[in-house]
Formats: sequence, C-alpha cells, structure tokens
Amino acid sequence: MSRILDSGDIDRALKRIAHEIIERNQGISDLLLLGIPTRGAILSERLARVISSIEGGIPSGTLDVTLHRDDLRLRPPRPLSPTSIPSIGIEGKIVVLVDDVLYSGRTIRAALDALGEIGRPKSVQLAVLVDRGHRELPIRADFVGKNIPTSASEKVSVLLQEIDGQDGVDIEAAK
Amino acid sequence: MNHLLSVNDLSKEAAISLLTTARELGVVSEGGHKKLPTLRGRSVVNLFFEDSTRTRISFESAAKRLSADVINFSAKGSSVSKGESLKDTAQTLQAMGADAVVIRHGASGAAQRLADSGWISASVINAGDGTHEHPTQALLDAFTIAEKLEISNFEFTGLRVGIVGDILHSRVARSNVLLLQKLGAQVTLIAPPTLIPVGVHSWGVDVNFDFDSAVGNLDVVMMLRIQSERMNELFFPSAREYSRSYGLDKLRLDRMTARSIVMHPGPMNRGLEISADSADSQKSVVLSQVTNGVLVRMAVLYQLLSGASSL
Repeated sequence: MSRILDSGDIDRALKRIAHEIIERNQGISDLLLLGIPTRGAILSERLARVISSIEGGIPSGTLDVTLHRDDLRLRPPRPLSPTSIPSIGIEGKIVVLVDDVLYSGRTIRAALDALGEIGRPKSVQLAVLVDRGHRELPIRADFVGKNIPTSASEKVSVLLQEIDGQDGVDIEAAK
Repeated sequence: MNHLLSVNDLSKEAAISLLTTARELGVVSEGGHKKLPTLRGRSVVNLFFEDSTRTRISFESAAKRLSADVINFSAKGSSVSKGESLKDTAQTLQAMGADAVVIRHGASGAAQRLADSGWISASVINAGDGTHEHPTQALLDAFTIAEKLEISNFEFTGLRVGIVGDILHSRVARSNVLLLQKLGAQVTLIAPPTLIPVGVHSWGVDVNFDFDSAVGNLDVVMMLRIQSERMNELFFPSAREYSRSYGLDKLRLDRMTARSIVMHPGPMNRGLEISADSADSQKSVVLSQVTNGVLVRMAVLYQLLSGASSL
C-alpha cells in the first residue's frame, strides 16, 4: 500500500478545484454543489467552505444515488444515505457534482438520473478528487484533483478526517 | 433477510435500518409521490385471502413507486373459491415469475408455511396472518411515533405506549409489542380481562384493566379495532359498555398529556373504540400512519428485492 496524496495534497487540490470552478463559471451565481455520499458529500462541504472563503457563500447539499444504480442486483442491499437538496432547488442552476473517486462512471450516470428526477439544471459539471481511469461509460470529470493511472485490480481508498480520522489517498496493489 | 414474516426476523439494528431507509425514501420520493426506478422489472404479488383496503393498496403503491410490477390476487373471485390449495395457488404465482409475495391469510402461520415449504423461491412478506403478526404495521407505527414525537434515532427508551382494546385477536398488537420493546419502549396493554391473551405475563408488558387510570401517563395511545369478524363469543356485555370503559372519548382525550398522540391501525369503528372527536382531533395521527405505511413498505420491498437474488 502506498500513499499517493497526503493531507496537504488534498487541501491544495480542493483549493485549486475551487478556483477552477469559480473561473469556469465566472463567479458563483446560480452555482450549487451536490456531494455524493459518503465521502463525496464531505468533499463537497469542504469545497463549499473554500469557495465561500474566496467568493462568498455557495449552497451545498448531498445526493444519494443508490436507488438509481444499475448494479443493485449484483450486491447485497445497500443502506440509503441522506439526500438534501438546497432549498433554492436545482431548476435552472449550474450543479457541480462532487465525488471522491471517478472510476467506471456508473455512479455519475446514476447521479445524472437522480438529478433528472429532481429537476432540470442549466448544466451539470463534475468535480472529483481522484480520477483513476477505466471508464465504462462516456463520462468525464470537469475538475480533477489528481489523475492516477491504475490497473483495474488495484484498490484506491480515499480517507477523510470526518470519517476515517485522517486525510489521505492510498493505493493498494492487487493481492 | 429473505422474508419478513415476523418482527422477530429483525434485529434491533435491522429494524432501525429499515426505518431509516423509509425516511430517506420519503425524502427522495417527496413523501412517496415520485416514482423511483429501483425495482424495475421485479414483480410483486399481493396474495390476499382476507379483506383489506389499506394494507393492499399500501403495498401496491409502495411497489409501484419503486417501479415494480404488481399483480393483485384476492381469494374472492379466484380459483381458491373452487377449492384450490395454498400450495397450488402459490406455485401458479411462482410460475408467473413473482419475486415477492405479500400474503394476508386468516390462518396464523400461513406466511411462515409459504416461506418454509419450498413451494416457491420468492420473498414472502407477511401482511397479516390470523391473530399472529402484522410486521409492516408495527414498522409503520414505530415510524409514525418517531416522526410525531421527534425521535430521530428510533431509540424509544423511556417512551410509554398504551395499546388499548382487543389484544386477544390483534396481530397488530403482537407485532407492535415485539417491535416497541425491541426499540426500548415500555408497553402497557389496556383491555378487559376477556380480551387479554393467555400467557401475556411472558410478554414483558404491563397490563391494566382500567383505561382511566392509565390514560394520563401515556405518550402514545394506540387504539385497536374491535374485530367483530373474529368474535365468535361474547367478550363484553355490550358494545355500549365496552365503549364506556375502553373507548377513547373526549373526556379521556382531554386527560392525555400535551405532546401525546392517538394512533389507530384502521379501519376505525367510530363511536365504538374511538369517538369521532378523538379520531378527528389534533392528536390523531391516523392519516400519517397511512402515508408512512407506503414509505415503510417501500423500504421493506427495497431491502428484500434490490439485492442479489442469491443472497
């Protein structure tokens, strides 16, 4: 197992992503962040804090995609995580989805479906801490903390203070 | 978990997980109004050998809101009236590809029989078997209590719940006693001695024959329906006397504590076990029970049907 991002790297990546989001959208009007539980939701909160310190307050919420997953029948039942959409809604807004690792792209597909159930955003962008490749769907991230080339048998773990007691991204070789 | 036959199939953790799932489903489906694609392609059979309005409709809406296909079967007007056995009926449904069978039957243990017999491979959900159990009713009652009394973690320690009326014939009471105790509540059964089951001392509940002395000390008053269809003998001298002693009328309602709530599994016999005043009062959460019933049944179907079928 080796650590590819430490706590400082994660902070810097989030700061850069925050600036990129503001730059790309020329400010934060009509912008809102939606984190995908569990760790995406935490990253989204952190990102919202960074953006707030640069540009002013930005609404942030969570979006559970479990009910829209296409692999439900391949695994034991998953517990649901909270969904909380900011009160301003997503209609006509620019939604930035935030997740920890982008891999097959299936979670993001489920998230797009889940969003479609809630409303019609003006546009949807994607921010991820780690992009490890191996996409199975035509999906890409707009903002990436770090691109990490991996083999499919390796395991990437994102650790965050709020859940795991420390910050870091580890990569574990195939067994 | 393959089947839901009894509240005892659930550990405390599993019950809380189901209730939490129901709450999240309520959020994402906007109170159950929006359709979710989760169980697309799965089919749920409502196999009802006894009359029912809300339970059947509730299961039907729950399944439909998760995009499952629903087949409704009621014994009336089916081959059951030609003498077809439960086994043949069940196997017919299996052959049609049912993934879950929601069964209500007049015989206690019918759901267990269906689940254990090996006749079918579908998940079996008990929607009321005789005087035995009605686990989804208990779950929706617990969900409603938590919602109305603002207990977000479903820990009911210290909560005082009175179940009033026909305990003897009530599967709702049995399931509720099991679940409420699991969640930590203190349950008091309030009924005339003739409507208290034999062996109740082993349930770990308090029994009180005097509603008036109990009503002021309860956080939840759960009224039960007087089940005239199961009453082959006289259990009390007259309906009026029962109503006078064990009915929730305006006087008793006024003596309840400020935050307490009134529940009833329905259908209500207005004027018998519950007066119209009480049924329509601010304290009555009867309609919330119905609404929450759909969410809880969605959670049960999700839990039983969403995972890999071999598990």
